[in-house]
Amino acid sequence: MTQNARTDQPAIEFEDIKLILGGRTILDGLNLSIPSGQVTALMGPSGAGKTTLLRLITGQLKPDQGRVVVNGTVVNELSPKELNQYRKNVGVLLQNGALFTDLTVFDNIALPLREHTQLDESLIRRVVLLKLHTVGLRGAAQLYPRELSGGMNRRIAMARAMALDPGLMLYDEPFAGLDPISMGISLRLIRQVNEALGMTSIVVTHDVHEVSKLAHLACIIAHGHIIAAAPPAELAQSQEPLVRQFMQGLPDGPVAFHYPAPDLSDDLLNSGEQHA
Amino acid sequence: MLSGLREVGRAVLFLGQAISRMRLNKNQVGETLRQIYYAGARSLVIIVTCGFFVGLVLTLQTYDTLTRFGAADAASTVLALSLFRELGPVLTAILFAGRAGTSITAEIGLMRATEQLDALDLMAIDPMERIVQPRLIAGLIAVPALAVIFNMMALLGGVFFAVFVMGNDPVSFWGNMQNSVEFGRDFLHGVGKSIGFGFLAAWLAVYFGWSAKATGEGVALATTQTVIATAISVLILDFVLSAFML
Repeated sequence: MTQNARTDQPAIEFEDIKLILGGRTILDGLNLSIPSGQVTALMGPSGAGKTTLLRLITGQLKPDQGRVVVNGTVVNELSPKELNQYRKNVGVLLQNGALFTDLTVFDNIALPLREHTQLDESLIRRVVLLKLHTVGLRGAAQLYPRELSGGMNRRIAMARAMALDPGLMLYDEPFAGLDPISMGISLRLIRQVNEALGMTSIVVTHDVHEVSKLAHLACIIAHGHIIAAAPPAELAQSQEPLVRQFMQGLPDGPVAFHYPAPDLSDDLLNSGEQHA
Repeated sequence: MLSGLREVGRAVLFLGQAISRMRLNKNQVGETLRQIYYAGARSLVIIVTCGFFVGLVLTLQTYDTLTRFGAADAASTVLALSLFRELGPVLTAILFAGRAGTSITAEIGLMRATEQLDALDLMAIDPMERIVQPRLIAGLIAVPALAVIFNMMALLGGVFFAVFVMGNDPVSFWGNMQNSVEFGRDFLHGVGKSIGFGFLAAWLAVYFGWSAKATGEGVALATTQTVIATAISVLILDFVLSAFML
């Protein structure tokens, strides 16, 4: 599999992306370069389009305008067959792990190897055990996902995503709902795997504090485009109101606390009249 | 009316996609055998129990009616013909929809809700090939086999009532049946029908699971739709096939 050593060339480029879903403009003229061989965090308010960006990278969505270029390949122009070939070099950790509940942990990780390689079973066994050892769950190989905790399932899903040694790893909210120990383990794993294998990693997360320990670059997406992209320490010092609100977790600011509604006094008085 | 037609159109398109993307490799064979076991072996209890009691009650009613016309000897013939030609294939398909069909729908619906289908897609594994194909083939193989078992159990129920309860001569019971029932025209036509019903039941089960909304309510609605749509379409197809076969 192709590995992404750290180079000056960006691994992923979003060029003037516009995307409309269900009549709503999600991304509007978005431009972003993601460096090769580093961990990049995508942050932003809920519904801003972070997961949508991952789906553009995986080719699950096609932009209405613009190009998504991954290591020189224009993803939105690939045929279904080419897309399948491309996806073998992209590992994705979905939000809830998405493990196959009718397969054991071992078989979950062996699945992409059995489907896409000609390795014999004894070699597949070794590869699977090594992947499981990396995430610390070699002893759970014969268990079913339902017998393990949410954090462990997430680690197994990570091992499965890495099964084919992809050059690009995408993590969709890998820390959501994890206890501090599991979160610490996941954080360390993402960083270690990235450094050991020299892959490019993109992490969608809300966790501002963890991002500073994890990412080389943090990007904040809002209102359909990237409003800030810098190392996490620099972002923390930003005076831009939306960046400040997000990094400091302020309840009100450019992203309003209240859902759009008429004036409270008008609403209360009118509702009295309506019921009369 | 229009929405019903649209649904039929979507189901046909889905089937077309599923068939056009069918592949056979060693992984698929193992998965198909596993699905035949899940769909077939797990439906055995309901098929065996219902088959026995259908045979029992059918013999009871037939015997009572035919006795009024002095034709009680024909009870075994009526039992066998109605089972092989109609009741066996039809009831098996409907019972299969209730047991295995709903289970297939719920399983695929939950796979969608928990992003397992997305995960397959992202691993460059075609979900149509991996999930839909083995279940379609499993229905095609399991339902005819279950229909034969259903018929055997119903005959057993008939023998139990006619011979052990009513005290009839077992030789004349079996003899009359053998004289009047033709293997090709009656038994094999029934098997042919149940192959069609099995494919229909499996197709509807995977379709409703595939198109289920990714919520608890969506999956519940999809399983209900599977049973209703299978029951209605099996009865319609039964009429069409009977008209051609007779």
